[in-house]
Amino acid sequence: MADFLYVFRGGGYQQLSPEQMQKHMQAWGNWIGELSKRGQYKGGDPLEAGGKQVKGKKKTVVDGPFAEAKDLVGGYLLVTADNLDDAAELARGCPILEVDGAVEVRPIRKM
Amino acid sequence: MSPAAPLAGLVDHLFRHEAGRLAAALVRVLGPANLDLAEDVVQETLCHALDVWKMGRVPDNPAAWLRAAARNRALDLLRRQRTRTRLLPEVSRLQDELAPAVDAAFTEDALREEQLRMMFACCDPRLQSPVQVALVLKLLCGFGVGEVAQAFLASPAAIEKRLARGKAALRRARVLADLADPRLARRLEAVLGALYLLFNEGYHGAHPELAVRADLCAEAIRLARLLTENAATAQPRTFALLALMCLHAARLPGRLDARGALVPLEEQDRSAWDRALAAEGAQWLSRAVSEPPTALLLEAAIAAEHCFAPTFAETDWKAIVALYDALYAQTPTPVVALNRAIALAQVQGPERGLAELRGLPGRDRLARYPFYPAALGELHLRAGHAREAAEEFRRAVRLARSPAERSYFQRKLAAAT
Repeated sequence: MADFLYVFRGGGYQQLSPEQMQKHMQAWGNWIGELSKRGQYKGGDPLEAGGKQVKGKKKTVVDGPFAEAKDLVGGYLLVTADNLDDAAELARGCPILEVDGAVEVRPIRKM
Repeated sequence: MSPAAPLAGLVDHLFRHEAGRLAAALVRVLGPANLDLAEDVVQETLCHALDVWKMGRVPDNPAAWLRAAARNRALDLLRRQRTRTRLLPEVSRLQDELAPAVDAAFTEDALREEQLRMMFACCDPRLQSPVQVALVLKLLCGFGVGEVAQAFLASPAAIEKRLARGKAALRRARVLADLADPRLARRLEAVLGALYLLFNEGYHGAHPELAVRADLCAEAIRLARLLTENAATAQPRTFALLALMCLHAARLPGRLDARGALVPLEEQDRSAWDRALAAEGAQWLSRAVSEPPTALLLEAAIAAEHCFAPTFAETDWKAIVALYDALYAQTPTPVVALNRAIALAQVQGPERGLAELRGLPGRDRLARYPFYPAALGELHLRAGHAREAAEEFRRAVRLARSPAERSYFQRKLAAAT
């Protein structure tokens, strides 16, 4: 078993009706609940839209990120899986894919 | 962060129903002229909730959370507006008065009242009833354009157009009228008419999916219940409509089979009927009594006779005929006469019913109504005239307006041949 980080990008529900939004939320609940039941869920949170960036040797602090909506990181999840393929397969069940979002699956390097 | 993500469990249709409540409150705060802005705030609020909640963090009271979020957005909008338009020293003092005014629109009582005001505004008699019902579904029931279109089996573009027409009328008002306004008393009729239309779209509509139809019936009942909670609208005719809708909806499970075909009353599984809803209907019916009886009251009383009859055979057909007589005296339509003749045939036999149907007043207006030949077919069948029965059922099949009706008449036809 290894640990993986899911990074959620993009995905919007502006076009969904209230009922569709509620169904979408239920789908998230079901997906995370399933991961949790199988002991593969290790935590995760949504992220606020705004923030700050600290850059360069001058250590400048600027507001941001102001990425395009489709690239904006909206949240993350930590899961355990057998291997990268397995982790990617699990990510295919993520409801964000239904609303034009993407899941980046990154193995967490073991020390 | 807890490693066990809680499963997000929300009350059914919470988003949709809160969308209706929030829109009503926001229109009060922002004014009907800003209806589009109010709808945008609702949508943003729900999107925001989805962002925050979807990974397992649903608040204990989701409705309160949504209301607080919408209230804050509205307050923000108003403050920005004020700063832009009046940069005076007393601005800060004025801003302090904003918050209580906005809060007042989001109390439980105000939400109820504002929904009713919105309902009355949507049912402006200058709007055609399909426009009224589309507005009700969009603004009060939180349906998306696609869902309204689906309910009416219309194209989204057509519904957009209908909604645009209705919203333009709403926006012209400076404020929505108060329910206490005596001019609105007459409009209750239009509101009840729109709810009945909404209900019928679910009950008799052509949509093949039972779930969609049950949804429309449930929404009409929910809004009618809201009318019973306000002194200005809690009137016998409101109770009569609610009674009628409960007594019909109670029999919705059992009315269609697994393939969506209509099941004849005599073959319906009465144990599948919703007893709680039937009891609620009976209660409203007892409060709906008026002198003279309204058409709605009589229709509800007929529905109650069916609802509480233990079997088809034990139905009190004499009472039903008497109720139809009274109803016909009120609303002499050929459909009422048709239903009366069917009930009469149960009391006096199929030949009597056939004679009644053949001489039905206004039967030329039933030329395209499939249940007229179907009723003739049914009585011919019972009287042992198989050939005539088949002929009538064939006519009914040709006139069927939905797949559910068509398969129903085809089954009847098969039984006759």
